[in-house]
Amino acid sequence: MISVGVKVLFKNARPDRPATFDEYRRGGGYQALTEAVKTMAPKEVIQKIKHSGLRGRGGAGFPAGAKWEGVPEKAPFPRYVVANTDEMEPGTFKDRVLVNADPHMVIEGTLLAAYAVSAQKGFFFIRPSYEMDAELLERELQVARAAGYLGKNILGSGFSFDLKVHRSGGRYICGEATAQVNAIMGRRAHPLKGGPRMAEQGLWNRPTLVNNVETLACVPHILSQGPEWFKALAKSDTGAGTKLYGVSGRVNQPGCFELPMGTRLSEIIEEAAGGMARGSEFKAALPGGASTAFMPARYYDLQMDFEPLKKAGHRLGTGSIIVFDRQTCLVAAALNMMKFFVRESCGLCTPCREGLPQIQDLLWRIENGEGKEEFIPMLREMSAQMRHAYCAFAPGAVEPVEGLLLYFEEEIREHMSQRKCPFREHGADHAEARH
Amino acid sequence: MIPEGLRRELETRINEAEHPRECVVDVMYALQKHYGYLSDEAVQEVGSLLGMTPLEVDELATFYDFIYREPVGKYVIHACDGVVCWMFGQESVLHHLCKVLKVAVGETTPDGLFTVLPAVCIGDCDHAPSVLVNGRFHGSLNPERIDAIIEELRRAQPPLVKDR
Repeated sequence: MISVGVKVLFKNARPDRPATFDEYRRGGGYQALTEAVKTMAPKEVIQKIKHSGLRGRGGAGFPAGAKWEGVPEKAPFPRYVVANTDEMEPGTFKDRVLVNADPHMVIEGTLLAAYAVSAQKGFFFIRPSYEMDAELLERELQVARAAGYLGKNILGSGFSFDLKVHRSGGRYICGEATAQVNAIMGRRAHPLKGGPRMAEQGLWNRPTLVNNVETLACVPHILSQGPEWFKALAKSDTGAGTKLYGVSGRVNQPGCFELPMGTRLSEIIEEAAGGMARGSEFKAALPGGASTAFMPARYYDLQMDFEPLKKAGHRLGTGSIIVFDRQTCLVAAALNMMKFFVRESCGLCTPCREGLPQIQDLLWRIENGEGKEEFIPMLREMSAQMRHAYCAFAPGAVEPVEGLLLYFEEEIREHMSQRKCPFREHGADHAEARH
Repeated sequence: MIPEGLRRELETRINEAEHPRECVVDVMYALQKHYGYLSDEAVQEVGSLLGMTPLEVDELATFYDFIYREPVGKYVIHACDGVVCWMFGQESVLHHLCKVLKVAVGETTPDGLFTVLPAVCIGDCDHAPSVLVNGRFHGSLNPERIDAIIEELRRAQPPLVKDR
């Protein structure tokens, strides 16, 4: 893990082990919590987060303050906070790195969110692949509890909050907030249609905040240093804070880098990630995991922030940048991702359960030299139909395909005219079984 | 039948929870650890501990990637086939793994040590291609490293990390 320039979330990060409770506290940790529970009303905390411009780091980019404000003042108790540590978006590993760097930062952030909405209980929802982090968090929660930062009557303030680790059985859809709520309650993790307002009716029909851990880790800093300071950290006009960009693929130094929100893609690749790998030339990047569209070279200098990407017709997603070079077949890459989505679809609604396998089949045929001209409009139409699915899973699943159709139609056509994948002769290992 | 000690431990845990059902994944993991996989008997046990029907338990058990409804080896190798690992030759990693262990994907070695399963992106993309074995990542794989890992696991019994 390398951090270039500004360090906020990685201020205590070490190369060899997680920062300890004492190290976290020496760097000013738990001061924001102490001050908040003793001197601030929950409402004031929410106002500061609102003014900071903090937006969700888990993919959707929803303003955190607005989400918190969604918990009605007179809502019933108990209320819940879920720190989403599920991170199953392909290409995304920033939350693992963050939790491993500074577990108490995410614990304090979660506590502050709980204080802001007067919650009593919280969960770290964590995927099985991150069992090491689950164990780390369990240990550190005990340390926080022993020090009086967790449990009954925190720091003598009258605020009580209990936080524990909830292990997932492992399924991509569990990252979606409504599905995650079902998963925690021990139900099959189907998403709920239309995204009922979790802030009003979440876990056991009580108000529930579901926030990504990177979002939560920003909170203590916003309270200690102020919303204006947080805003000023960003490089883009509309952005706020820093961002943990995870970079993988054909770069020299893949890794998770903390950089100002709105850092240009070119800077992230060339400066943070050490440039393109030897012999590789940039072809496209997925800006935020497998449910975002391929961005071609024309966007190489784009600021990686919610608004600039939106203006260009893209999404920041998780900010986990997957870099593809000119020797990598994007049809095969899209096929790989579609296989993933087909396997992970929860199967509840028809467009997703039936439509995605059809798209996968068309991609497979194109990749294996059986493509036909009419497949292109078919792919377009089917992808568009995914808007009718139950939740955001299916529209996200087709984003790479939509990017492929929009920017790399020529590459699809080469597969058709050559009746094979034009990249296979480069020794690339792209042959995939049909299902 | 599960041992009385384990039963009491789980009962305590369930009783302490605000809602018993929130423990269902933990209980499935615990029984999976005891039986080696989530057997039909284990599904029944989970149900009786939590007041759920076996069908309700199975509905969850079959949903999750890390709940094994069939016998698995001591080491379950979850071979990542996410897009980043794919870019770095995940298919040849899987091929080599299967060749070395003489199994097909989904099968267990006759000595009961290894099962190879495909896995969705395991979140080790900065060390692609990577596999997850009993809670531990093994990244930047090539045939030599795979051979070394298998050799190390064969030598190191019981598992290095607690079984899950």
